[in-house]
Amino acid sequence: MNYWNLFYIALRAIVSNKMRSFLTMLGMIIGVWSVITMLALGQGSKESIRSQLSEMGSNIIMIHPNMGMMGGVRQNASDQQSLKPADYESLKKECVHIAAITPQLTASGQLINGVNNAPSTLYGVNSDYLTIKCLRIKSGNMFNEHQIKVSAKVAVIGKTVADNIFPGVTDPVGQVFRFKNIPMTVIGVLEAKGTNSMGQDQDDVVLVPYTTVQKRILAINYYQSMLASAKSESESQAATEEITEILRRNHHITNPEDDDFSIRSMEELISTISSTTNVLTILLACIAGISLLVGGIGIMNIMFVSVTERTKEIGLRMAVGAKERHILLQFLIESVVISVTGGVIGILLGFLSAWVLTNLVHWNSTVQASSVILAFAVCTATGVFFGWYPAKKAARLDPIDAIHYE
Amino acid sequence: MTKTIIEVRNLTRDFVVGDEVVHALRGVSFAIEEGEFVTIMGTSGSGKSTLLNILGCLDTPTSGDYLLDGLAVREMNKNRRAEVRNNKIGFIFQSYNLLSRTTALDNVELPLLYNRKYTASQRKEMARKALVEVGLENRMTHFSNQMSGGQQQRVAIARALVNEPVMLLADEATGNLDTHTSFEILTLFQKLHQSGKTIVFVTHNPELSAYSSRTIVLRDGQVIEDSRNTHIKSASETLATLPKIN
Repeated sequence: MNYWNLFYIALRAIVSNKMRSFLTMLGMIIGVWSVITMLALGQGSKESIRSQLSEMGSNIIMIHPNMGMMGGVRQNASDQQSLKPADYESLKKECVHIAAITPQLTASGQLINGVNNAPSTLYGVNSDYLTIKCLRIKSGNMFNEHQIKVSAKVAVIGKTVADNIFPGVTDPVGQVFRFKNIPMTVIGVLEAKGTNSMGQDQDDVVLVPYTTVQKRILAINYYQSMLASAKSESESQAATEEITEILRRNHHITNPEDDDFSIRSMEELISTISSTTNVLTILLACIAGISLLVGGIGIMNIMFVSVTERTKEIGLRMAVGAKERHILLQFLIESVVISVTGGVIGILLGFLSAWVLTNLVHWNSTVQASSVILAFAVCTATGVFFGWYPAKKAARLDPIDAIHYE
Repeated sequence: MTKTIIEVRNLTRDFVVGDEVVHALRGVSFAIEEGEFVTIMGTSGSGKSTLLNILGCLDTPTSGDYLLDGLAVREMNKNRRAEVRNNKIGFIFQSYNLLSRTTALDNVELPLLYNRKYTASQRKEMARKALVEVGLENRMTHFSNQMSGGQQQRVAIARALVNEPVMLLADEATGNLDTHTSFEILTLFQKLHQSGKTIVFVTHNPELSAYSSRTIVLRDGQVIEDSRNTHIKSASETLATLPKIN
């Protein structure tokens, strides 16, 4: 028996029952369509969350002192004095996986310019901070090494700060404001960045040389924290390990449990948030999967009806020489062709709806190759699984009974 | 010396119905030579359907031997019998059993699809030839449901002829047709018989036996009469005496 003949026989049976075949397919079409669309939406939202987080600087590595105990009292991390300027120097010199590193010291207080004032936070950093946080200067300049060395009273301000304390001034560069009686000259304004995905205003910042905050305002000889950025997302893990190693050496720590610092990377944060969207995607896909299952049961139902309805035809085929396996394969091929055709149409519709969602509704959605392969595999499996039993029933018919069936 | 197509020896077939054993055939023996046109006759319950199923390799006897074209059918498994049906037997049924919504050509081609010997073009060619043989050269691409009963039965006969079987096995082949059409079909059978085909025609209608070369009568599972017909009536002549339709 040439199996192409069986294929031909099955196709002819499908074509001569166009309406029924189409209605059966509809179950598969809708099932696959919804699975593809749901997975595309899930993937799309994951990607958009990821890109929003990346805007905040996806390679950021945050180095904080560890919360320590002092006489049985757990201390606030920022009061810990474990991060020293010497640590900064050695990290800067020795780390090969990081592209930029800055100390970060903060001081909150009121910014005053005549009658205008606003509360804000001074960030004591170096010029690497711009690279790490993906910030750009709109006008003026970032402070230079010399200004850091002399703890210059200069500041680069964000748009919100500029609007608050210099209302009506088109370019605040050169203006002076006061912070705790220290006059600061504005030397640059940052490009507006808007709020981040957690609702923080990223433009409410005042950047000043870290030495200024450390020596002039806080008068301390340690750093509250440091920020670094790995050369690439993939190096973020290596960079974390490298920093850990250097800090342990500097702090003479042999037991990891005694670490007086903690390192977190944005990568970890992203994967935490991604896992939430993953759960959501799986949930949506499961719901869509149920419709696929219902579609499969629809196929089985129709195939059963079809076997009963075509009992006489089966009898005739057997009388003219069809063997059991020919009948089995014919019905199996029919159900697989129906489910796979339905699946292919569903996949195409899935692509279409992903396109519509992205371009017309502006919901980010991406169809992944893996979900297409999955849908295709599920269709074939559904066809075989739900087609098997009716096909077996057809093949087991007794030709004598079948041919005289009315 | 002609070839023996069918040889049955002491054939029995029992069915178990509940606690009872029904003896449908009780020792049937006969032989059919190549080129014979045999009518197997019997009333309902005589065992003729059972005999037909066995001759058609759809069923196997409880005991006794059945040789079809020299092959012992009783020892064959299901698949082997399917092959024998495919290669050696042409079935013609009372209710035609054509595939609906399918053209005459595709219907006739059906048995060849289950035989790997033939290519697609060979199949089409053979189907066309068979349809010409039954006089349907103008109806090849008509759908089965667009045809009259007589035409449908001709398609069924073409389908039985297409695989060049050693015998045609007809089960009440004229049972669903009016008298006029019945004789048309019978004329076709006689024509096929004259061209050398072996035909076994199972019927309950005693009139039809006059048109065949031999009659076997069954009653209660036994052969009660097996006679050669020296005076075969011509179906086409009978047809001419019938009142014209239309």
